[in-house]
Amino acid sequence: MICCDGLVDHALLLDAGTGADAMNAVTPAIARQHAAGVRIRGLTRRFGGPAVLDRLDLDIRPGEFLALLGRSGSGKTTLLRTLAGLDPVEQGEVAAPARRAVVFQDPRLLPWKRVLRNVTLGLRGADPKGRALAALAEVGLAHRTDAWPLTLSGGEAQRAGLARALVREPELLLLDEPFAALDALTRLRMQAMVADLWQRHRCTVLLVTHDVDEAVLLADRAVVLEAGRIATEVAIPLERPRRHAGAEFAALRARLLNALGVEEDGHALAA
Amino acid sequence: MMSEAILSALPDRPATKPRPRLPPGLRRLVSPVVILLLWQAASDLGLISSRLVAPPSAIARSFVELVASGELQHNLLVSLARVGAGLGIAVVAGTALALVAGLSRRGEEIVDAPLQMVRTMPHLALVPLFILWFGIGETPKIALVALGSAFPIYLNLFAGIRGVDPRLVEAATVLGLSRGELIRHVILPGALPSALVGLRYALGVAWLSLVVGEQINATAGIGFMMMDAREFLRTDIIIVGLLVYAVLGLAADQLVRWVERRALSWRPVLLRGTA
Ligand SMILES: Nc1ncnc2c1ncn2[C@@H]1O[C@H](COP(=O)(O)OP(=O)(O)O)[C@@H](O)[C@H]1O
Ligand SMILES: [Mg+2]
Repeated sequence: MICCDGLVDHALLLDAGTGADAMNAVTPAIARQHAAGVRIRGLTRRFGGPAVLDRLDLDIRPGEFLALLGRSGSGKTTLLRTLAGLDPVEQGEVAAPARRAVVFQDPRLLPWKRVLRNVTLGLRGADPKGRALAALAEVGLAHRTDAWPLTLSGGEAQRAGLARALVREPELLLLDEPFAALDALTRLRMQAMVADLWQRHRCTVLLVTHDVDEAVLLADRAVVLEAGRIATEVAIPLERPRRHAGAEFAALRARLLNALGVEEDGHALAA
Repeated sequence: MMSEAILSALPDRPATKPRPRLPPGLRRLVSPVVILLLWQAASDLGLISSRLVAPPSAIARSFVELVASGELQHNLLVSLARVGAGLGIAVVAGTALALVAGLSRRGEEIVDAPLQMVRTMPHLALVPLFILWFGIGETPKIALVALGSAFPIYLNLFAGIRGVDPRLVEAATVLGLSRGELIRHVILPGALPSALVGLRYALGVAWLSLVVGEQINATAGIGFMMMDAREFLRTDIIIVGLLVYAVLGLAADQLVRWVERRALSWRPVLLRGTA
């Protein structure tokens, strides 16, 4: 069901033994973790060539906010997709909670459904509409529930995506550079909103980012992915709410930048 | 609309003296009206034989006569029934085949290859065979319309299904949609724009097939009316028939455009159009 390039192949929807069941065929490979944390051991993933993830080990504590940093192409998205159940676990062990939600880098709202319907889509349980409206209000989109997705601004679309994820009350929230495409001001607002939402929901969060400031601002801990493994791990014991200032913030920032191979003033370190 | 914008963006020539101006809608009519007047004048002066082309006045007169006698309406209904039946069969068959081929690899292997082969054949060339198979009644005419218009529906819906953004399918999968929900909420709406394009093509092919089909052994229908008029050198009636075909084609196209505007109102271009 997952074809060579890792995309779900909807051409197979009606074939017996494939289709939606098989889309979840990757899920059995993910052991169901009853605590809301994540445990990865020896995860290896290659796309034909050298391993993108190479015997990777990673734990995320229940309720922890973890930032995953790494250069472009280092395999951050691959790791997140594996946890989402979109990429198969070919080698290694992955245990994650059953209720997971994803916010992708691009909003991926269905353009032919209004915002509210996008949020209620696939939602089970009592009063999906009421819960969706509450989630949209939480991300400040109560006034746009009837809008068509293609009329939303980039920030609004990402907030709708966030509402769609949060309304499912995930135990594990996977965010793949959700603010990377937004302008600087909108990004700051969104970061503050995510910090706030996490204080309330307390789900486990994996935030993929290439923005060191974002990691220091939001996460309990930041890890850097390099050569297929977690190369650096930095605890971020700052008090919340956090601001972009202070000696501690600067020191953590410098450490992470250093781990990414960039000097504080922006120059690449000589190899 | 686009060309209007481009035209109005061009700097106006400095007007020396203000001339009386017609509204743009009327201005577009000037040239056709002039042509009609010239045509009429040429016929009246005997420059154009009415055995080749009847003058506009005669065409208008016979149109009124045909309507008054009810002949036009009767033939129109017969023709519409043929197109309706043929198109109905085409929509059902084309959609069913496209779903089977679009949603399943095995279905594609079974359905797509033979259809692609048949498609290369001009379906109008099947007329002799259809007469042998179905006789000369309504069946060969409806079958011709159905066969011709099923292909655009099949091809466009199939392409539409396969063209649905896989990232949306993926996102919907993560949301926990079942297979049926995925087809209903993601695949089919995603394929709809392409399917409607297919329907527009199908309508065009349907009229064409009707024109050809009605010229064989028909006893009613617009095509029969025209063939019958040929026997009596009534070019006026033939041209009335041509005009009816043109108006029907145009109306069908407008109908699909209207459906498109309603069904695809989520598209921003169309949103701007209706706002
Ligand atoms: N579906 C795929 N098919 C082939 N190669 C892939 C696929 N997905 C990712 N890759 C490769 O894996 C590497 C890591 O990609 P990715 O996880 O997207 O990196 P990041 O998110 O850190 O930028 C890249 O070299 C990319 O080209
Ligand atoms: Mg990425």
